[in-house]
Amino acid sequence: MSQSEPYLKIGNLTKRFGDFTALSDVTLAVFEGEFVCFLGPSGCGKTTLLRAIAGLDIQTYGTVDQAGRDVSSLPPAERDFGIVFQSYALFPNLTIEKNIAYGLENLKQPASKIRDRVAELLQLVGMPEQGKKYPAQLSGGQQQRVALARAIAISPGLLLLDEPLSALDAKVRVKLRHEIKELQRKLGITTIMVTHDQEEALTMADRIVVINNGLIEQVGTPEQIYREPATRFVADFIGSMNFLPATKVSKNKVRIGQLEFSCSDAAGSAEITPDQPVHAAIRPEDILVGDASSNYIDATVDSIEFLGSFVRADLSSPQLDGLILLADFSANRVRSENLSAGSHIRISLPAESLLIYAE
Amino acid sequence: MLVFMGVIACYLVVALALPLYAILSKSFKNNDGEFVGLANYLEYFNTPSLTYSIQNSLTISIITTLISVTIAFTLAYGLSRSCMRLKGLFKIIALVPILVPSLLPGIALVYLFGRQGLIKELLFGHDIYGPIGIVISEVFFTLPHALIIIMTALSIADARLYEAAQSLNAGKVKTFFTVTLPGARYGLISAGFVVFTLTITDFGAPKVIGGDFNVLATDIYKQVIGQQNFEMGAVVSLILLLPAGVAFTVDRIMQRKQVALLSARAVAYEPKPSTSFDWIMFSWATIVSIFILTILGTCQYAALIKFYPYDLTLSLKNYQFDLMDGGGWESFYNSLELACWTAVIGTVLVFLGAYMVEKGKGFHLGRSLFQFLAMLPMAVPGLVLGLAYIFFFNSPNNPLNFLYHTMAILVISTVTHFYTVAHLTAVTALKQMDPEFESVASSLKTPFYRTFTRITVPVCLPAILDISIYLFVNAMTTVSAVVFLYGPHTSLASVAVLNMDDAGDIAPAAAMGMMIFYTNASVRILHGLLSRGVLRKTQSWRSR
Amino acid sequence: MKFTKFLAAAVMTGVMASPVFAATELTVYTAVEAEDLKKYAERFNEDHPDININWVRDSTGIVTAKLLAEKENPQADVIWGLAATSLLLMKSEDMLEPYAPAGLDGLDSKFRDKSEPPTWTGMDAWVAAICVNTVEAEANNLPMPASWQDLTNPVYKGHIAMPNPNSSGTGFLDVSSWLQIFGEDDGWAFMDGLHQNIHHYTHSGSKPCKQAASGEVAIGVSFAFRGAKSKADGAPLEIIIPSEGIGWDMEATAIVKGTDNMEAAKTLVDWSITDKANMMYNEGYAVIGKQALAKPVEHFPSNIPESMIDNDFEWAANNRKRILAEWQKRYDSKSEPKS
Ligand SMILES: Nc1ncnc2c1ncn2[C@@H]1O[C@H](COP(=O)(O)OP(=O)(O)O)[C@@H](O)[C@H]1O
Ligand SMILES: [Mg+2]
Repeated sequence: MSQSEPYLKIGNLTKRFGDFTALSDVTLAVFEGEFVCFLGPSGCGKTTLLRAIAGLDIQTYGTVDQAGRDVSSLPPAERDFGIVFQSYALFPNLTIEKNIAYGLENLKQPASKIRDRVAELLQLVGMPEQGKKYPAQLSGGQQQRVALARAIAISPGLLLLDEPLSALDAKVRVKLRHEIKELQRKLGITTIMVTHDQEEALTMADRIVVINNGLIEQVGTPEQIYREPATRFVADFIGSMNFLPATKVSKNKVRIGQLEFSCSDAAGSAEITPDQPVHAAIRPEDILVGDASSNYIDATVDSIEFLGSFVRADLSSPQLDGLILLADFSANRVRSENLSAGSHIRISLPAESLLIYAE
Repeated sequence: MLVFMGVIACYLVVALALPLYAILSKSFKNNDGEFVGLANYLEYFNTPSLTYSIQNSLTISIITTLISVTIAFTLAYGLSRSCMRLKGLFKIIALVPILVPSLLPGIALVYLFGRQGLIKELLFGHDIYGPIGIVISEVFFTLPHALIIIMTALSIADARLYEAAQSLNAGKVKTFFTVTLPGARYGLISAGFVVFTLTITDFGAPKVIGGDFNVLATDIYKQVIGQQNFEMGAVVSLILLLPAGVAFTVDRIMQRKQVALLSARAVAYEPKPSTSFDWIMFSWATIVSIFILTILGTCQYAALIKFYPYDLTLSLKNYQFDLMDGGGWESFYNSLELACWTAVIGTVLVFLGAYMVEKGKGFHLGRSLFQFLAMLPMAVPGLVLGLAYIFFFNSPNNPLNFLYHTMAILVISTVTHFYTVAHLTAVTALKQMDPEFESVASSLKTPFYRTFTRITVPVCLPAILDISIYLFVNAMTTVSAVVFLYGPHTSLASVAVLNMDDAGDIAPAAAMGMMIFYTNASVRILHGLLSRGVLRKTQSWRSR
Repeated sequence: MKFTKFLAAAVMTGVMASPVFAATELTVYTAVEAEDLKKYAERFNEDHPDININWVRDSTGIVTAKLLAEKENPQADVIWGLAATSLLLMKSEDMLEPYAPAGLDGLDSKFRDKSEPPTWTGMDAWVAAICVNTVEAEANNLPMPASWQDLTNPVYKGHIAMPNPNSSGTGFLDVSSWLQIFGEDDGWAFMDGLHQNIHHYTHSGSKPCKQAASGEVAIGVSFAFRGAKSKADGAPLEIIIPSEGIGWDMEATAIVKGTDNMEAAKTLVDWSITDKANMMYNEGYAVIGKQALAKPVEHFPSNIPESMIDNDFEWAANNRKRILAEWQKRYDSKSEPKS
């Protein structure tokens, strides 16, 4: 399948539970071999969308096409996917081997073939010795690997992961992120992962679908999502962001407090008409010390919070009418500038980092 | 899957809804089957000797509830909050009454407190035949039920609350009233309603020891069996249905509240030794145990005595059941057969039904309706069910008429009578399973029945075994529904106890009652051993 | 789905219902004492091995209730050993098959239904009696009663048990005979007095005597047959035949209308009035359908035949409902007024 023809197409999909609309009019394309993350706050509809794709909860309206086939109303068993849940859902009464072989046994393959395939999968997830154990005898991370092996055992065209890492502790989670990503790359399997953890999405995904209140807010690469959040919600949800009440002056100009700043015209700010009240947004780490750009202000450091490799400073300025700006400076910078609470510094807000969102 | 659900729903409709409708409509008809509106009800309420029973039933039930719940609570408190010795033994003894028919304590009381009673002096001249005897019997009969519920409620108590109370310098008594009692309140209320319902619908105890103290349950029996007044029997049935239904509904609401309490993460409470308190609790548990064992022991003693009180030599004469009313030894074997069928068919039916409700998709209305039908039997007293079956199944234009007097109708009525608790056990077990098993299985293209047999059933095996033993034991002991339904070849041991006692053959009745006890106890033990064996094989995954 | 259910039920019954014998199966409802049932069937089978009797045994009230309940769809083929008053009730509901069994002429004319052909034939008479526990009587200083009226003496307060006529055939027999002996008004007055002394009413007719036998009460109003049996078992009992005379009822036999086994049913009813059957009844009962064959029965008072009142069964059956209602109104809440 060519890059231009998506592997999975979701068309105008709506899902209602009684009066409650969990998804409204979702349209999305996923390409073959891609790793896509559904990202959004809890309850926004990520799982609902995933389950609609799987056919586990059929949508109210809309279509799902997979590999050129309309699967919109097919039951799960007639679709082509493997799935891993947050709870892993390993069958507790079956050994690891039996769990992994569970789907294979339906394919009427000879026992030796199944055995080989199970061994291969155990090898693949790095647990060659553990086949005879029961799930309860494994750690959470190991159980997650088994669940993954079971899902890919029948070589599905699509791998669905619903918060696969959120039940694990931080260290294991980071390790497994890499393993899953690695495995996905090796197998080249089209994968959709649901997560509410932005770090997870940013590090693992080829593309991220940000969902809020049952609506897609933005689809894009991690870079795009981070650098050019299309909506105020995305800007707020991903990373940290200063939001400053402002007024749009002209296409590339915005007034914050008593000052006018040049700003980026990206992020859909083009539709905003002049004189409209807006929010100017800038990430703390994009605030620079010195007058590197024309967008500079003189500010006072109100307080400083040491956060390891960097420092977060609360800045204020009479020119900004008492607004507080958060800025992240590297520890080195703080030392060389000799910054402390009460220091006066000049900072600049680079125009390309200064984003505008309608109120 | 839908077909299965339909079949089981049909079962509940045929075995429950339609018979109940039959009894309802009967209460509005006269002897000739003509509709007479509320005439039967009017007649009922204008017959003081009948309406007295309402008052009697309520009085007995309320007193029993207070006593039984108090004993159960204090005992449960000792078992869970003290460091007394022999806790395991006390618990087993306290649960023993579940294994015997409710007629048995009454029989023991005759030997203990009757005119020739071994310790009749303890009653100070009061008569055991009547309210006193009924209440003692019902306390014996309901105690384990209350104990189980209250033990559960106490076991979920949060140790952190006790630590907090301690750090606030609250004394033992204050802690009891501010932490223990409120924590167990839903359990207490729930136990209260269960005891109340069991007592007001029980027929065994008032029948044996009630003398001329009429209650609703014995009125139904008298109206139907004694006076062939089926319409009035139906009226009394529906009146009995009322308090039982109310108690049941309130209890369901309470239990829902308790679930909320349960789901909070709590730290288990570990009792600390305290010599005086442990001693008091130990003595109390000993007294309760002696009470229970005395009842059982008396029955066994009476069963082995040749001709009490005039010839106290030991003999097995009272075991010659074939010479007595009640169907003889055949009735004992029939009971075994009934218990086996009920356990097997009931377990399959109940578990499949619960599976459909829990795991089925769509058909919300149908599933809610099914859920309702599954809960209904709990609110329907056995006598009412039995009478309803006569009206429904013995009507000549019912195609299922051929079931009348067969073992099959006894199995159906018993399964239906005890459906609810079994259903709830199954549902709880299924709810504890990961809801995504079915999703995973379907993604692996495994048909649902394969996942059912390979995963669901093995994982739920402990609950399935519990259900089967529950059904077995109850099928052995139940009297109320089947007393209207047994036929020439299907007399039952529990009914034989009733009929032998009725005919004045009280020692043989005790003997048969103890046969039921020994059967249930052996089956329980066997079930324990067996399930340990089966579980070791199939549940090895549970151990880490 | 309904069909599946039906099939399942059919399979279930197929598995569980009784095995089918080659011999004719006859379902026989009876109130004969349980310990005699085997003997009755065995003696009958000596002559008719090809007919297998399935007993449905219960106390008189229950068997009567069962039969009436099943009126629309009778389960019984034959009734062998049920109170004649109950059979009269069934006769009035048109539930009995008229049949004149072979050898009917040899039967005492009291021991048959008056219709031609009769719907039922009698077996033996079962007579009321008072069972007194001599040990208990002595312990409580109770005089030995000699008449029904004696039982109203306040010394007996709380010492007497009698069957509830609503459920027990014996109980009804007692009540209906008292009304005949004393007349309606005096009869009820007598029962009012008796009621003051009653400790409890029992469900079954034999229980008062069994309770007297085991000392649970001192005096049981019951029937002679039961008393004799208990006495034979070693109970310290005295069986009193009250001087006013005693009520009695017959155990009788009838064919249930609509039976599928008419031939076998007739065979059984024929046999039930043979000399052999009568001699069998005589092993327990002093008064039988063919009294000429009767021999004295151990422990039975000898004055029974002459003490039996001239019982009007038709009257009793026709007034049954009224009598029971009146009785219930007066006495069936024994424990209420006490407190
Ligand atoms: N079966 C259901 N019935 C009713 N509401 C549901 C059901 N499943 C999900 N919802 C609701 O739909 C919304 C989206 O749920 P979900 O997709 O699970 O969120 P998440 O993004 O956290 O995965 C939530 O508000 C949830 O309460
Ligand atoms: Mg989710």
